[in-house]
Amino acid sequence: MRLTLREAVMSFARAPLLSALSIMMIAFSLYSFGLFGLVALNFRQRFGAVEERIEIEAFVDDSTNVETLANAVSEIARFPEVARALPVTKDEALERARRDMGEFKDVFDASFLPASIKVQVREGFRDPATVQRVADRIAAYAFVDDVRYGAEFVERLHDIRNVATGTGIVLGIAFAAVAIIIIAATIRITVLARAREISIMRLVGATNGFVRRPFLLEGLATGVLGGGLALLLLWLSFALIGRYIPLVFLERPMAIGGIAFGGMIGLLGSALSVWRHLRRI
Amino acid sequence: MIRFAHVTKEYPRTGAALKDVSFRIAKGEFAFLTGPSGSGKSTILKLIFLEERPTAGEIRVAGMHAAKIRGKEIALLRRKLGIVFQDFRLLEDRTAEDNIAFALEVTGAPRDTIGTRVGRLLTQVGLASKGTSYPKQLSGGEQQRIAIARALVNDPFVLIADEPTGNLDDRATRGIFQLLGDINSSGTAVLMATHDLELVRRHEHRVIEMNRGQIVFDSTDPAPRAAQER
Ligand SMILES: Nc1ncnc2c1ncn2[C@@H]1O[C@H](COP(=O)(O)OP(=O)(O)OP(=O)(O)O)[C@@H](O)[C@H]1O
Ligand SMILES: [Mg+2]
Repeated sequence: MRLTLREAVMSFARAPLLSALSIMMIAFSLYSFGLFGLVALNFRQRFGAVEERIEIEAFVDDSTNVETLANAVSEIARFPEVARALPVTKDEALERARRDMGEFKDVFDASFLPASIKVQVREGFRDPATVQRVADRIAAYAFVDDVRYGAEFVERLHDIRNVATGTGIVLGIAFAAVAIIIIAATIRITVLARAREISIMRLVGATNGFVRRPFLLEGLATGVLGGGLALLLLWLSFALIGRYIPLVFLERPMAIGGIAFGGMIGLLGSALSVWRHLRRI
Repeated sequence: MIRFAHVTKEYPRTGAALKDVSFRIAKGEFAFLTGPSGSGKSTILKLIFLEERPTAGEIRVAGMHAAKIRGKEIALLRRKLGIVFQDFRLLEDRTAEDNIAFALEVTGAPRDTIGTRVGRLLTQVGLASKGTSYPKQLSGGEQQRIAIARALVNDPFVLIADEPTGNLDDRATRGIFQLLGDINSSGTAVLMATHDLELVRRHEHRVIEMNRGQIVFDSTDPAPRAAQER
């Protein structure tokens, strides 16, 4: 009697413990994933601002007349790679130089600041080769004296971006794979713990679908709960670090997507282990 | 109802467990399956309820080709069979009632009918007062009665029993055997594998005797080997 009672209590306690463990493990792997995502997001945000500064400046010969310049500007603005092209007249250049130089403003005289065209490159065309090509095309205009863009800066930026994207993709896949394996393993333990029950269910005529359903549900719930927990942890980390560094948090669709992703991983993991178990007739 | 035609079963490592076995079980029949250990009795039963597939030959159970059916059909076929084992196979963490109800829930039976059905079955196996007991609180004979009640939930046309009295003493054995006889009288066929030659001898039922994977004697067919040779 006592033994029966103890066993019943134990089998009751065993399942929630295991579930809690798998929720925590999923939360942890999704949290790591999310943390990286958050860093990447913030990185990109900053990065985007820096990237927008990629600019080609074409200095124009003094003798160029205004009309030629205006024509050239609108032509350049129609290049597919170009976001914006703006003429900078001598007076504007002088104005800007004075503002930048502050106290030396009187030293400058309009005559030795050439007029120029400032060209901003569209997003997606900011790699070194494309920027170079656009610069070359602009340099081909007869009245253009000199073309400048931060070649080194563009290259550096490009490299950083490649490395960051590559690392993000690799880590993302790795974390997702680890999470799936963890769920598959934990559900497998539950499946094995209930192997007797499963075999009896099948003996009395339960369909595979019927046997599978509770496990899939468990996997889904585990994944969603893990995802939710991960989001909570992520938000706490964000709030903590956010006190020192201004950060942006995941947008709502991203957060919901993360939880859905957790659920999907859970479903996949449990489907995997139940399928493996049921495959034998 | 059940028909084996030239059935051979080979297991991956141990080789042939059945060699060219042919027999029929008719509707409402009671048949013993006897023979020494390892002669293939359990293998025949497993082929009937589709835990195993034949290597060669044809098996028909309730009109279905056992070698061909897949997936959901297997489940549907098993609902037409009642299966009982030597080790009862009850769930320890459920009461007797819940063990019986479990077999109904699994097949998606309507909830409101389960209670009365379980009550009737408990009465039928003579354990109306033990519904709320756990398997560990019941004797072996009582546990087997619960297992039989569970096997009967879906009104099977045949009860397949693999040494149902193997773990029981004489008295309990007689009780279980009496119960199987009653079940058979109400129209359910019974195919029972057993070692208990005493039991077999005392009754007038059909006997199919196995040896080394072959039928060596069948009381309804006195010359099975001659028949096979033809
Ligand atoms: N799952 C299996 N894998 C491999 N070989 C098996 C398997 N099940 C049974 N066998 C072999 O098939 C043969 C027949 O076994 P089976 O269980 O049908 O005998 P049995 O007549 O029921 O014996 P017992 O009276 O001891 O229960 C035996 O030689 C056994 O070793
Ligand atoms: Mg056996």
